[in-house]
Amino acid sequence: MLVLLTLYMVTALAAPALVRWWGPRAFYLLAAAPAAAVAWAVAHTPAVRGGGAVVETYPWVPQLRLELALRMSTLSWLMLLLVGGVGALVLAYCARYFRADEPGLGRFAAVFVAFAGAMHGLVVADDLILLYIFWELTTVFSYLLIGQNTEKRASRRAAAQALIVTTLGGLAMLVGFIMLGEHAGTYRWSEIIAGELPGGAYLGVALVLILLGALAKSAIFPFSFWLPAAMAAPTPVSAYLHAAAMVKAGVYLVALLAPAFGGQPTWSLLAMVAGAVTMLFGGWAALRQSDLKLLLAYGTVSQLGLLVLVTGAGTRDAALAGAAMLLAHALFKAALFLIVGIIDRRAGTRDLHELSGLRRRMPGVAVTAALAAASMAGVPPLFGFVGKEAILQAFADDPAVLAAIVLGAVLTTAYSLRFLWGAFADKPGVEPTATRPVGVAFLAPPALLAGLGLLLGPLAGVVDRLLAPYPALFGATGAHLALWHGPTPALGLSLLALAGGALLFALRERLRPAQERLRAPVNGATVYGRLTHALDRLSVEVTGATQRGSLPQYLGIILLVLVVLPGGALLIGAPWPERVQWWDTPAQLLVGVVLAAAAVAAVRTQRRLAATVLAGVTGYGTALMFVLHGAPDLALTQFLVETLTIAVFVLVLRRLPAKFSARPLRSSRWLRVSIGIAVGLVMSGLALAAAGGRQAVPISVDFPEQAVSYGGGRNVVNVTLVDIRAWDTMGEIAVLVVAATGVASLIFLRPRTGPGPRRGEPPVRPPRPQPEWLRGGPALDTRRRSIIFEVVTRLLFHTMLVFSIYLMFSGHNAPGGGFAGGLVAGLALAVRYLAGGRHELDEAAPVDAGLVLGAGLFLSVGTGVTAMLFGGEVLQSAIVDLYLPLIGKVHVVTSLFFDVGVYLVVVGLALDVLRSLGAEVDRHIEADEQRPTADDVRQEELV
Amino acid sequence: MSPNLVLVVVIGVLSAAGVTLLLERSLTRVVLGVILLGNAANLLILVAGRAGGAPIVGVTPEGEMSDPLPQAMVLTAIVITLGMTAFLLAMAYRSWLLLGHDEVQDDLEDRRIVERALADEAQNAADRGDDAGDGDPDDAVASAAAFGTVGRNA
Repeated sequence: MLVLLTLYMVTALAAPALVRWWGPRAFYLLAAAPAAAVAWAVAHTPAVRGGGAVVETYPWVPQLRLELALRMSTLSWLMLLLVGGVGALVLAYCARYFRADEPGLGRFAAVFVAFAGAMHGLVVADDLILLYIFWELTTVFSYLLIGQNTEKRASRRAAAQALIVTTLGGLAMLVGFIMLGEHAGTYRWSEIIAGELPGGAYLGVALVLILLGALAKSAIFPFSFWLPAAMAAPTPVSAYLHAAAMVKAGVYLVALLAPAFGGQPTWSLLAMVAGAVTMLFGGWAALRQSDLKLLLAYGTVSQLGLLVLVTGAGTRDAALAGAAMLLAHALFKAALFLIVGIIDRRAGTRDLHELSGLRRRMPGVAVTAALAAASMAGVPPLFGFVGKEAILQAFADDPAVLAAIVLGAVLTTAYSLRFLWGAFADKPGVEPTATRPVGVAFLAPPALLAGLGLLLGPLAGVVDRLLAPYPALFGATGAHLALWHGPTPALGLSLLALAGGALLFALRERLRPAQERLRAPVNGATVYGRLTHALDRLSVEVTGATQRGSLPQYLGIILLVLVVLPGGALLIGAPWPERVQWWDTPAQLLVGVVLAAAAVAAVRTQRRLAATVLAGVTGYGTALMFVLHGAPDLALTQFLVETLTIAVFVLVLRRLPAKFSARPLRSSRWLRVSIGIAVGLVMSGLALAAAGGRQAVPISVDFPEQAVSYGGGRNVVNVTLVDIRAWDTMGEIAVLVVAATGVASLIFLRPRTGPGPRRGEPPVRPPRPQPEWLRGGPALDTRRRSIIFEVVTRLLFHTMLVFSIYLMFSGHNAPGGGFAGGLVAGLALAVRYLAGGRHELDEAAPVDAGLVLGAGLFLSVGTGVTAMLFGGEVLQSAIVDLYLPLIGKVHVVTSLFFDVGVYLVVVGLALDVLRSLGAEVDRHIEADEQRPTADDVRQEELV
Repeated sequence: MSPNLVLVVVIGVLSAAGVTLLLERSLTRVVLGVILLGNAANLLILVAGRAGGAPIVGVTPEGEMSDPLPQAMVLTAIVITLGMTAFLLAMAYRSWLLLGHDEVQDDLEDRRIVERALADEAQNAADRGDDAGDGDPDDAVASAAAFGTVGRNA
């Protein structure tokens, strides 16, 4: 069975290409997949005829105890034949139905075959979870098939409606499955049925949930409304999904579970009542339709109701009758849908008020339709009669149900007649419809299906023997399928139904007012519409109430949560420290006072530059705090970062107004300050509680020893960065790469890549005899040049670079490392840029910043991967001691390369920032100066 | 472990100042708020570890070293703050370039939803209408403007 599923999958994947090559003719080839499934099922008939089963089991997700458990018993065998047989015929029909220029035909073919495969899986799945997976797959594929015509809103809405309704049922069903499975300890249906069932309300709830899924899938009341709407699908889809396959999944599930649950009152009562209501309502509605396809759709709803009623009853005779009717319905309803498709394509309409005289114009189609419709009405000797007879017999001693079924049969006969009359009769006052001839290949699939209905009638005894193992699950002996039972009450009722139906059809004109008046009081579609509308409204209200679109408001709420929850927890009971000390050294107090004063002033100042400098003061103060705490690496990095930050700020602030815009309202200012103070208090409380709450020995007590023995370095912080916690660092440099790229993409209004900066814009060099201190200098405006700055830069730049490399190499054993080294190099570049302008920056670093960033990340990742290639763990470092001539003994730790990567990433970040916020903004300024007004520039840059 | 009160107070003041700036509408102030909050958070992490000598083997005896783990965490955070700052500044600059100011505006699409909620309309009321078009073209323009890809006179 797995082979067949694979075949379906491969066929579905190949379908678009095949359709592209051969057009609609490819459908003949695609039909091979379901045909193979039929052949397989036929070949395995002996195995299931005696009541056995074909079982295949493959492990899938052992952690979830989920197996690809496939099992074919008689019921599955019947469904396989229907799914495969009707599938193959409908695919063959598609070859004629679709024109070569049909849009999206390849996709349609693929989804159709995939649907058939999912359906195949559904009926052979033994594991309930697996069944659920296939169940939802059919839902999704049916969504795509119903919505095949993506241009039409009606088609999209019908598809979404079917998807939502059936998925909702499917989810309920899943819960029911889980309840059953968890109780039984297995999800294999064949094992659950053999074990003990849960009792009482637990079982009742599970059954109702599972039935919900089945009823939604099979369009049973109150979920019936989606099926008529789904008629927006192409007709082959309706013939397959809405007659033979998908809607039958619900019936199949009911039939599968009935042997175990048929005796449960919740189960049978719910199934039978819902089924009966659907049957009568659907049949009545079908009499009202003027679109042939809708007539069939409501007829299908009605028949599905009958099937659920019969299969849900849970008696042996009803089970046999249900299986027979399942087969009969698939044969005649698929045939009728296909005939509607033929009429639609050849006559150009499906409206029975417009069609006239088709009886003579397409006699072959008319005969086929008559056969199928007669089977639907239950006319002997067709197989539909056999099925109906068996049903009447099965409920012979239940007058109420019997009455409902006879009434349903009357309606069925009436709409069958209405269909035939509507499609083929000559109507007075209507012009005979012009048609195009119908080819044999187009008519063959429905003719074959209808012919089977005729053939199986006399062969009822054979069918009875083949289906026998399924009713045997309920009881050993009982009724049998037969064309002629003798003069039984069932025969009388059958004839009564036919006569009543004919009468109802004959009186159709007089009954019309009653039809208009007598409608279902609640329309499922309206309820669905109201529900979805209410959901929409709810989401708008909730979104409107929570998403106000104001950033300060969002932040304020987040911060208030910080104040209320962790702050409240602190108040209720925090591990406050037993003793506190004022300071480690008195110098901390001095730094602290300056820091706090700068922070407060930064809030109050109106000038951008002042605020920036004050924020910088807090940064330098923090660095001093690091020094006093005993963290030289941090202090070094913080000093460098702070310097670079100020440089970057200045680059941007030169373009922004000197002062902040006018302050907002006083009240909101106080609100902000209060939130700020509250957060500050909570943070202080957290700091105290964190220090006081420490109970365990820090994990880092072993770091110094490990740093030397495994990391091969004495600077514990650096070894932590490049070895012990190198994964962290890897993540951080990735963030840096992203941030740098983000900066560039925000500033560059043109692509950043392209020819190298040197070739792209050579500095304009006026011929000067004397040497320059900086080669980019002459390109600058003389007012902006400072010779002293240029001289100092010339002298400092290379020293700074050498120092940066020294920091990077020595970082393993002394303060420094890749971050600090990269920052020094970045500062050196910043100095070059500030002294000599953007051309000087290109002279200093004639590479693309993205290249540097990428190389750094590549090197760091590469170091990690290389360790893995050598059999170590990712990012594990190795210590190598080499003797190099002239230099002497060299002690190399491989994590140095990781640090080189970090260095390059930081340099790349600095370069990118300088190129973007420095050089590119320069270019914007120059462009502004050359054009009349700033506004014009902005507008042109937008384009 | 006994915490250091000066650091605790400094953390509080820096956070308070940082949050106050963060709640402003001017992006420059928001960036400064992020920087101050970053400093506060770094100190907070540092306080969780012990103070002492530089954590370098051979320079400080192991028993007197400051805790190296929070330091390693803070070090990368410092550099990331630099990247963050540059990114936010670039945003402020771009906002100025496109809109003429660096203030964070309210999201137009959100405001539109609020209006719908006040008018008791459903979200996709348009979807129930005719077959004319799927997306409301005005919506696309509005959301693009909110992201700063369209000029102020769009």
